[in-house]
Amino acid sequence: MEWLEQILSSNSVFKLSTFVEYWGGLTQTVQLVFLSLVIGLLLSFPLALMRSSDNPYLSRPVWLFTYVFRGTPLIVQLYLIYYGSSFTLQDTFLWPVFKEAFYPALIAFVLNTAAYTTEILRGAIVTTPRGEIEAAKAYGMSWWKRTHRIIVPSAFRRALPAYSNEVIFMLHASAIASTVTILDLTGAAYNIYSRYYAPFEAFIFVAFVYLLISFSIIYLFKHLENKMMAHMKPAEAK
Amino acid sequence: MTEVAPLVVKDVHKKFNELEVLKGVSLQAQKGDVISLIGSSGSGKSTFLRCINLLEIPTSGEIEVHGEQIKFMTTRKGERKPADNRQVEKMRSRLSMVFQSFNLWSHMTVLDNVIEAPINVLGISKKEAMERAESYLQKVGIWERRNYYPAQMSGGQQQRAAIARALAMEPDVMLFDEPTSALDPELVGEVLKVMRSLAEEGRTMIVVTHEMAFAKDVSGHVMFLHQGRIEEEGPPSKVFENPDSERVRQFLAPKY
Repeated sequence: MEWLEQILSSNSVFKLSTFVEYWGGLTQTVQLVFLSLVIGLLLSFPLALMRSSDNPYLSRPVWLFTYVFRGTPLIVQLYLIYYGSSFTLQDTFLWPVFKEAFYPALIAFVLNTAAYTTEILRGAIVTTPRGEIEAAKAYGMSWWKRTHRIIVPSAFRRALPAYSNEVIFMLHASAIASTVTILDLTGAAYNIYSRYYAPFEAFIFVAFVYLLISFSIIYLFKHLENKMMAHMKPAEAK
Repeated sequence: MTEVAPLVVKDVHKKFNELEVLKGVSLQAQKGDVISLIGSSGSGKSTFLRCINLLEIPTSGEIEVHGEQIKFMTTRKGERKPADNRQVEKMRSRLSMVFQSFNLWSHMTVLDNVIEAPINVLGISKKEAMERAESYLQKVGIWERRNYYPAQMSGGQQQRAAIARALAMEPDVMLFDEPTSALDPELVGEVLKVMRSLAEEGRTMIVVTHEMAFAKDVSGHVMFLHQGRIEEEGPPSKVFENPDSERVRQFLAPKY
């Protein structure tokens, strides 16, 4: 541990308290991004099915939702929800929840990633080979069985590469949470920068942390793709 | 007493907008019948087959499976559609279809393709489905390839897998929609061999085909469709050797 002490005492920025602050930022970022992605993904399945429906009463509202949330900057959405909630919800029972910046930010991120993921999934759903859907019909599968046994599993596999981009995009986009008082990774870096007036050190460190998380995400998706896209690969010699 | 016919189709018409593709086609299949539908492209034979299991909804006409008539209703827009989706799903599970382009579910292995519908539509146990899968994949000769994905196999193997998938439903009637048309001449043989063995087992089959030799040798009844009507039908000896219709003679005549 001597080397660690040496490093810590040899500079004025990277002290134990700094690392504790970064660690706090990391947990905020991971929580926020992970929750947004999970909830957003769960929302996007029914939304994507509605969006690819022939019924305009189902598809049009979802189209409008994805159009609005893909057509405006995430930071504007975040401000509207964060400041908007303080105007409208201050006297309601929801206020204790919305008072904290975390929940408005979570809502903004969930809606944003749900919009993008819905479009990614829709693209994959509408490109499901017609013949495979027809075969499912011809074998007596109901709409629901076709959807959850054939269409969604097949579409999700096709959507994976595009979805992994969306996950990385969300990780980076989460940096703007720091603008509404959330102490995420970027927020922590900003605090450290202003405390020590060491912008380069503070941000280069956080850049490496983001790189590390991105790398883990890419690795995870590569693994997942290898597993789920086996049907696209040539057969191994047996 | 005679048995109830597994499939009776009465006077099916099909219009796509103004184009009338089928102008009244009927068919009756008794148990064990092998019926071939032949005719030039655009004669309506594939459309007719797809009307049988309602992949296309006939504009008029009736379909009876084991004496049970499919119920239709008319929507407010004046379109005809099945009145009872459950009834249609049940009927379809009794008629397995084999497609020209195989249409195996590409994200599933061959084995999963074969057990999918028996488990999730017929509701049989996984154990029983696996037993069926083994026996039918053995029969079509690709049991060794059960863990391959469709894209990893040749067209002939894929079509044989699709036939095993159809057999695993233990259907009353098998519908074949040009099962060899997407295959190169060398692969056609392996699929026809399997189909011939099915016919010899006494399975009820309706086959849309361009393989005249198959229609002639294997089927017991041949229907020649022309411009949405049955131009001629009867036993193969009659249709192939002594047709009444000039159009049939023309179709069957050597081309070069």
